[in-house]
Amino acid sequence: MIRIANGQGFWGDWLEAPVRLVDQGPIDFLVLDYLAEVTMSILQKQKQEDPALGYARDFPPLIGRLAKKLKDRGIKVVANAGGVNPAACAHAVLKAAPGLKVAVVHGDNVFERIDEFLAKGYEMRDMDTGHPLSSIRERILSANAYIGAFPLAEALDTGADIVVAGRSTDTALTLAPMVHRFGWQPDDWDKLAAGTIAGHIIECGAQCSGGNCQVDWEKIPNMSDVGYPIIEAEPDGSFVVTKHAGTGGRVHTDTVKEQLLYELGDPKNYITPDCIADFTTVRLSDIGPDRVGITGIRGGPRPETLKLSISYSDGWKAIGTLVYSWPGSVAKARAADRIVRERLVALGLTFDEIHTELFGLNACFGPLPNNATPPNIDPPELQLRIGVRGHDRKAVDRFTRELIPLVLNGPPGATGFGEGRPAVREIVAYWPALIPRHEIETRVEVIS
Amino acid sequence: MKVPLAFVAHTRSGDKGDTSNIGVIALKPEYYATILREVTPARVKDFFGDLVQGPVERFELPNLGAINLLLHHALGGGGTVSLRTDAQGKTYGAALLRMEIEI
Repeated sequence: MIRIANGQGFWGDWLEAPVRLVDQGPIDFLVLDYLAEVTMSILQKQKQEDPALGYARDFPPLIGRLAKKLKDRGIKVVANAGGVNPAACAHAVLKAAPGLKVAVVHGDNVFERIDEFLAKGYEMRDMDTGHPLSSIRERILSANAYIGAFPLAEALDTGADIVVAGRSTDTALTLAPMVHRFGWQPDDWDKLAAGTIAGHIIECGAQCSGGNCQVDWEKIPNMSDVGYPIIEAEPDGSFVVTKHAGTGGRVHTDTVKEQLLYELGDPKNYITPDCIADFTTVRLSDIGPDRVGITGIRGGPRPETLKLSISYSDGWKAIGTLVYSWPGSVAKARAADRIVRERLVALGLTFDEIHTELFGLNACFGPLPNNATPPNIDPPELQLRIGVRGHDRKAVDRFTRELIPLVLNGPPGATGFGEGRPAVREIVAYWPALIPRHEIETRVEVIS
Repeated sequence: MKVPLAFVAHTRSGDKGDTSNIGVIALKPEYYATILREVTPARVKDFFGDLVQGPVERFELPNLGAINLLLHHALGGGGTVSLRTDAQGKTYGAALLRMEIEI
């Protein structure tokens, strides 16, 4: 049995989680997921400004902080902290933790190969809209292939203490230690599916161990010291989801079921670079306090294509807010919204979308048809939140100057403008596409 | 008798692009049949109204006593494009718990 813990569900997750996973009990592998779909484009921009950047900068100091404990106890780390510059990340890790052996996985970054792919006739159509990539070629900000567990396992096979990858899938981080230690083969579909689903369960950190859980959430104990999840994996593909003894939170079939369904599409066809996992075959049961046992998982052959994560510039947006107070806060906020829209029209400005929310009344899901807002509601205060987006940056910038004047020249009772006018932000949109698997060749480099 | 879905289920929701998914899980195994009967794509589409611009798909996971709903074109463009507070549909699962069902 090996213990694989996830200490980071996204870049920005709790800084203490990986440290506590190491300090509060036994683990063999610590996996850290840093990359969301849009993160790659931010990192690509950082790399363009400074060739030594483009990775998750929280990662090297974390490894520096943990280095002695990792070495003393033989804990291996697998992370996709490399972003668009895994080599620079690895060198920064070595600088922070000189005694460790670091392996880097190359090959996922295809930003420089887009024209080569287009010339070969790959249209890389948007999997959602069907549009060909050529329609946004000039606006591409980053392009990476999702790579699976086998390149990461190959990196662990080198005896590295730390494996730094770029755009690996979230689930591959957890599956890779199993492939490495159990010798699973590329056609062990059921076992690969089991490790993939184990990865899906822990890839969002504490979201399977009590965080964001609806069932009896008030009674989930000691959330200030919530235990991040640990997989106890067996060579036959069965596993237990648990957390360190004495930590807060809860691991229960309720918490694990919620996470199994998180960001799920067709449950019979969960497609990864390693296999296709079938979530309808999962058998789970509560086998002890904070222990959920999982067996029975089946999988099928991996696809012949890999998914590309491409980001591109898609215009500009700004979102501004003002607060209106009682009495008549709803009517005042609605009047202010009308005034802003009329002034934008008078200025001759047009946008792809203007979106208004009355925050406190309808921001999350609005007055749903079966639950209409009571007509006489008059809350003590209400936040007016107006957002615009469009491809003309000047128009979006002009909009940001239209909110604060309302404090003096609009309906009474406006406040909450202390942050000044809102920032104009570039919209970085996501373009999922497919590429034949044989086009992506990964390579492991050991740095020490 | 009519009750809110919250009486028999818990949920978790999230996003993939402009599609929101809602996992609906029976609080007890015996409630699963009720969920299958009551939480149909047509009912869910009707419940969310204009918020969901595309179709609603439903997948069954009897092993978990759960269904997975995909609400297409439901997030104002999704991801970084969306101007909504809840651009990722994190609260859609909780919203659905208010839907009235027959038990």
